[in-house]
Amino acid sequence: MIAINAIDQLAEPYDIAIVGAGPAGLAAAARAAELGLSVLLADENPAPGGQIYRAVTTTPVAKRDVLGEDYWKGGALVERLTKTTASYAPGCTVWSVAPDEEGGFELGLSLGGRARLISAGQIILATGAQERPFPIPGWTLPGVMTAGAAQIALKSSGLVPSGRTVIAGCGPLLYLLAGQLAAAGADIVAVLDTTPRRNWLSALPALPDFLRSPYLAKGLKLMAAARGKLSFRTGVTALAAQGADKVTGVTVTRGGKTETIACDALLLHHGVIPGINLSNAAGCAQHFDTVQHCWTPTVDDWFASSIPGIAIAGDGAGIGGAESAALRGEIAALDAVRRLGHLTEGQRDSHAAPARAELARSLRGRRFLDLLYRPAETFLAPPANETIICRCEEVTAGQIRDTASRLGVTGPNQMKAFLRCGMGPCQGRLCGPTVVELIAQVHGVSPADTGYYRLRPPVKPITLAELAALPPSEAAVKAVVR
Amino acid sequence: MFRPIADIKPGPSLGFTFDGSPMTARAGDTVAAALLANGIQACRQTPVSGAARGPYCMMGVCFDCLVVIDGVGNRQGCLVPLREGMRIETQAGRRHPDGGQS
Repeated sequence: MIAINAIDQLAEPYDIAIVGAGPAGLAAAARAAELGLSVLLADENPAPGGQIYRAVTTTPVAKRDVLGEDYWKGGALVERLTKTTASYAPGCTVWSVAPDEEGGFELGLSLGGRARLISAGQIILATGAQERPFPIPGWTLPGVMTAGAAQIALKSSGLVPSGRTVIAGCGPLLYLLAGQLAAAGADIVAVLDTTPRRNWLSALPALPDFLRSPYLAKGLKLMAAARGKLSFRTGVTALAAQGADKVTGVTVTRGGKTETIACDALLLHHGVIPGINLSNAAGCAQHFDTVQHCWTPTVDDWFASSIPGIAIAGDGAGIGGAESAALRGEIAALDAVRRLGHLTEGQRDSHAAPARAELARSLRGRRFLDLLYRPAETFLAPPANETIICRCEEVTAGQIRDTASRLGVTGPNQMKAFLRCGMGPCQGRLCGPTVVELIAQVHGVSPADTGYYRLRPPVKPITLAELAALPPSEAAVKAVVR
Repeated sequence: MFRPIADIKPGPSLGFTFDGSPMTARAGDTVAAALLANGIQACRQTPVSGAARGPYCMMGVCFDCLVVIDGVGNRQGCLVPLREGMRIETQAGRRHPDGGQS
């Protein structure tokens, strides 16, 4: 592996550029490099592993059982990459992907405060997942964080919340985090479970598959570990964070009764959704996945997007978990190598066969979890008008509903023009799904009919100085010189 | 606020300042993690209402951990590794071009 620590160390062009060094990106980069191609793996984070295997090579958590055996499996993926000739660039942000004039792609990258445009023949986006927005009154108060944020603090820095901690939401990762934090010595005063009871009805037909899946044993173990030690409260139908300049408590409604639990930290989690900003800005087609209830890039069996030459592997193309992400990375890499002419279709298929079989096994039972832990409508489209939806521009649910109904706004892009929601630095990552949900609710249509934000590069803010320092291309000069 | 777990692997620490106050954190921490470990929950004010915000996602998505690092604003604290001697400051929010106070 070649470590890239400064932007001028990039030796372009690369055969394949991969964005994101989680399980999908690590596996894709290793596979393509093992087949003899020149590979760049660019990742925003300081160390490989993505979020699920965050800091797996650098974590200061010494006791292995705090993070669980599944976490340490990420080490093998990093080690495999280390043995290849792939270039790995940590702390490197990819802010643009666009087709170039030679049938390949041009990537805009920033590293150490300097930007550069490089070219690559094939692109694999392995940008992974982000937490589904969990808008409740007071969720912008300091001390309210995603459950994933607390997990990242634990994995990369060996930190746990120091005061009374409340965890709220639903889904397998919530129970995993509760168990990890408890094992690490955090003071968890309550776990507030928002799983809607009626979800059991919609999830039940998918139960048989779940019972035969690897999820079952893992899930039972997690639940047993978490429930044994922690105070679980189920059937939660409303939540509000309390506090003036930081969180001091959380108001909980369950069974029609409301109580306030004092706390110093509130961790929220309603599952994860694909991070679609880069694929959306690159122009890849996406659709609304009604089972996972989120926008998802549209890909084929080889994880190829609607743009030939751009594949999307891992949770960024639909949530499947770490194990499936690595397998999807592997399969996407084989197809990218085939597109570059280094494998025949037959070779690609036979190389991919074992990964495909594993993939089917790893995804079995997923549907049950997706349906069971789908957040309730009241959390997807918050009823309280004062709830902030766009955290960046501080736009509330009431403003969005009002603008949708009184001004007849039918989609999120038009909503931007009226309210600036989605126009702050996070570029809609934390409000997009909720804005869509609220508009859909007002007009009585589906999120699919409402559409999503049209995003544009740069997908992460870069400074004007970085842009200005880019060497001008011939085409760029021609565009302005007469 | 956050604290280190009981049996954390020992490692070197780094010195930095936050709004002028000297602090230390573990080498390997990001700026956002270093602030949390020092009891700092709010690190910026919003440009719209001036409300206090602190790290929310810790993974580069939410932009609520924006801080000024060595004089450069709008840095995502959760993505920047802490370095010895860093000068970290609260990112000021709402501007008052008319000279008013928040």
